[in-house]
Amino acid sequence: MPLETRVYQKERTINIGALLKASIRDIYKSRFLARQLAERDIKAQYRQSYLGIIWAFIAPLATALVWIVLNKTGTVRLSDTGIPYPVYAFSGTLIWSIIVAAINSPIQSTNAAKGILTKINFPKEALIMSGIYKLLFDSAIKIILLILFVFAFGVGFHWSLLLFPLAIFGAILFGTTMGLFITPMGLLYQDIGKIITFGMQFLMYVTPVVYAIPESGIMKAIMTWNPITPIVLTARDLVVGFSPEHINYFLMVLVVCIPFLFLGLIIYRISIPIIVERLSA
Amino acid sequence: MSKKQDTLLDNEVLVKVEGLSKKFCKDLKTSLWYGVKDLVSGVRGSSEERELRPKEFWAIKDINFELKRGECLGLIGHNGAGKSTLLKILNGLINPDAGKVTIKGRVGALIELGAGFNPILSGRENIYNNGAILGFSRKEIDSKLEAIIDFAELQEFIDMPVQHYSSGMKVRLGFAVAAQMEPDVLIIDEVLAVGDLGFILKCFKTIDAILPQTAVIFVSHNMPMVSRICSQIILMDKGKVKYQGENVSKGIDQYYNSFLTGEESSLVYTDNSISLEEAFIEGVEPINGIYQVSWGDTIQLNFKIKNLTLSKMPYISLVIYDKEQRGVAEIFPTGQQLNDIEYKGFIDFSFKLNNIYLSKGIYHLTFNASESKSFNTYYKIHKAISIKIDHEEQMWTPFLLDSELINFKN
Repeated sequence: MPLETRVYQKERTINIGALLKASIRDIYKSRFLARQLAERDIKAQYRQSYLGIIWAFIAPLATALVWIVLNKTGTVRLSDTGIPYPVYAFSGTLIWSIIVAAINSPIQSTNAAKGILTKINFPKEALIMSGIYKLLFDSAIKIILLILFVFAFGVGFHWSLLLFPLAIFGAILFGTTMGLFITPMGLLYQDIGKIITFGMQFLMYVTPVVYAIPESGIMKAIMTWNPITPIVLTARDLVVGFSPEHINYFLMVLVVCIPFLFLGLIIYRISIPIIVERLSA
Repeated sequence: MSKKQDTLLDNEVLVKVEGLSKKFCKDLKTSLWYGVKDLVSGVRGSSEERELRPKEFWAIKDINFELKRGECLGLIGHNGAGKSTLLKILNGLINPDAGKVTIKGRVGALIELGAGFNPILSGRENIYNNGAILGFSRKEIDSKLEAIIDFAELQEFIDMPVQHYSSGMKVRLGFAVAAQMEPDVLIIDEVLAVGDLGFILKCFKTIDAILPQTAVIFVSHNMPMVSRICSQIILMDKGKVKYQGENVSKGIDQYYNSFLTGEESSLVYTDNSISLEEAFIEGVEPINGIYQVSWGDTIQLNFKIKNLTLSKMPYISLVIYDKEQRGVAEIFPTGQQLNDIEYKGFIDFSFKLNNIYLSKGIYHLTFNASESKSFNTYYKIHKAISIKIDHEEQMWTPFLLDSELINFKN
């Protein structure tokens, strides 16, 4: 068997195809590592906590509750959403929390592995994948809770519910792509992570998370164009059994995401050695 | 695999390093900013800039070597000489700024043991975590699990959370997992320092066993270990090669010589009854405070002490320490008469030391004065005299005994 040869040097010709192939090969090769890392983190997280799983959905639940109370008491007057408002608010905040978690996932997984990144050579893509596994685990819990919630409010079962995981998959795909692009800079400067956390709070209000898109005005334009809008709306429509009006824009976002996801993976692959150097220097 | 291929493989160069250089930045903020620039140029395709930017320096500069299967390269040098940086490049963690590294085969790194351990999880679970990071599949770990636990000698505690392990136990577990690697190229950085003696011996047995099939790059400050396993050596200083070659002993010698500063004697204990005024070797001129003596020579050691309060002659004994501060020999000169003395003033001692068979290198003499042999110390001073033994053979053991062939039968 010929030995695998590796060459490390400064002069590199950037070959997008070869890099992408190497990246995807490493993702496949490191599938056990990715699972192991995810399993490790999930186990450790729940072993050292009594409330455990509750932390996965307590934040979106709280946000939803605030808005439910604001709406019920008439403090804030919201336009009719077509479904019971608690279902609207809670499905919105849950889907939103999945998107936010997906955006933060690559940077968090990589940051947490700083210690081994500077010492051991392993397929770094495993970090991204382990982040996705953790997202899927958390999202599964959130989805189950959401479905219970929906049934409790008498919305009932619709066949479209079976497509709901696909919408969540879309949310994760979108979030991971975004996250991959900010990861290299975010690892160098802590400011990036803070800006994301901060910015996402505002972004929530131009996305139909807790209220519907208004009938007219500047807000309507922004919310309609916002690429997160179709993800949230499609996911919600599938849960409550409406026909997904924004499915075209949703699919468009996903189709655009895929080449960007690959590009993000390539950038990630190129930037890790540069970042490791700055972390350990 | 046929026999022919086997021998072919044996002569194959597994590691080839050509003109390797790497620069680092002294300032964090600047370093991060350069990181951003490198990210941009890295993504756009690399440009040809090799010059140092402001606040940068060469962490390693122009390193060249080749390593075949079965060879072991020792990398030695002061802290910050660039050894770890070189290892990081070899391991593919960071990219070089100039030059080229070509590595063939599976690379195993003993740089950090127990990577990926989570303190809350049990030893058994962490074997899987660590193994996964080192590139094992689940099946491989399943089959090696018992061997790993046995090697680490942790049968009893394997289901205990790793956070309750002692540091030695963690290292043992980490090494036990790493020992299951079958690398073509093995990179070892100062990881074996922890753990008790029994375990260190076990580690070296493992390394000895894989040495013949592996090209090893070994970083250590432990010169006896370096001379024990390395077949060639690179002495680094401030990123540059100071010595490179197959004469491992010569490299180690140069490394030791680079520490020849601050050979001043240091007083350890005194009860203010005497003080050492002079210490020298008869008929030898010291160079930088060090007396050069040829191997096997007989020398005369002279000491002048000032008697402050003693009314009886002190008993003088000497201890010889090597450059790593290990005691290697004691001297109890015979014929000392511990008579009463009246005179408060200077006393001169001269001791003859017959045929010094210390091996080549630097040694320090500790001067000790006491009431009688090993009883009630008055005065003790390290490095009273520093000696450099000259001999063409360099070795890591402290003695080269005088020997010759007297007979042989055929």
